[in-house]
Amino acid sequence: MSKPRVKVPKSAGAGDTITIKTLMKHKMESGQRKDKDGNKIPRKIINFFSATFNGEEVMSVNLHGAVSTNPFIQFDMKVPATGDLAFKWVDDDGTVTETSKTIKVS
Amino acid sequence: MNISRRKALAFGGAALTVTLVPVSFAQAASEEVMKAAVDAFTGGAAIAEGGIELTTPEIAENGNTVPVAISAPGAKRVILLASGNPNPGVADFTFGALAAGNGSTRIRLAGTQDVVAIAEMADGSFAQVAKAVKVTIGGCGG
Repeated sequence: MSKPRVKVPKSAGAGDTITIKTLMKHKMESGQRKDKDGNKIPRKIINFFSATFNGEEVMSVNLHGAVSTNPFIQFDMKVPATGDLAFKWVDDDGTVTETSKTIKVS
Repeated sequence: MNISRRKALAFGGAALTVTLVPVSFAQAASEEVMKAAVDAFTGGAAIAEGGIELTTPEIAENGNTVPVAISAPGAKRVILLASGNPNPGVADFTFGALAAGNGSTRIRLAGTQDVVAIAEMADGSFAQVAKAVKVTIGGCGG
């Protein structure tokens, strides 16, 4: 998997609701497509995404083959204090990609 | 290059067929499969309306990437189902205490169909909302 892109505000007020945008480059082969010989191309997708704040899970998504190529996931969350937002993507083949951002809360 | 008038007419005629891809194509999951997906989530419990919003475009120009958004403040989980896809499951959201209970992503729709979102609320009750989406080019690689 390649490097994910994550958009997180650098700072916020305590208790503010912020919007997080994430984008992971991935073909998301659904398992529905056929090759030129008519055989189904096996499924290979990112099947799991999670966002954790200071170790506490904020939200997670189980993705199926119907999620588009280069999965885009956006969500809102409340940010109570300064902390680290950790993001994780898991591929069908077990590969895990992680990245994190810090939010400063005044 | 000269295209014969007959060939040009045949080409034009073929280009006019099918802009909207209807749901009765062979790829759509059966009603039982859809019901099984719903029951797997709700355990067969009653589902109410209200408390969950689903935002989808009225017409999706490209079935390979259709933006959808769900919002169910206070929900523990929300699942998105595409009733006309070969497999109805699309994405299952789980929300922790800090989440606002919303999420958006982009999905593949095989053809014109209903997209359904079902939420499990904090009190264990279920609520759903469905939206019809017209798809001009199907997104299942077919």
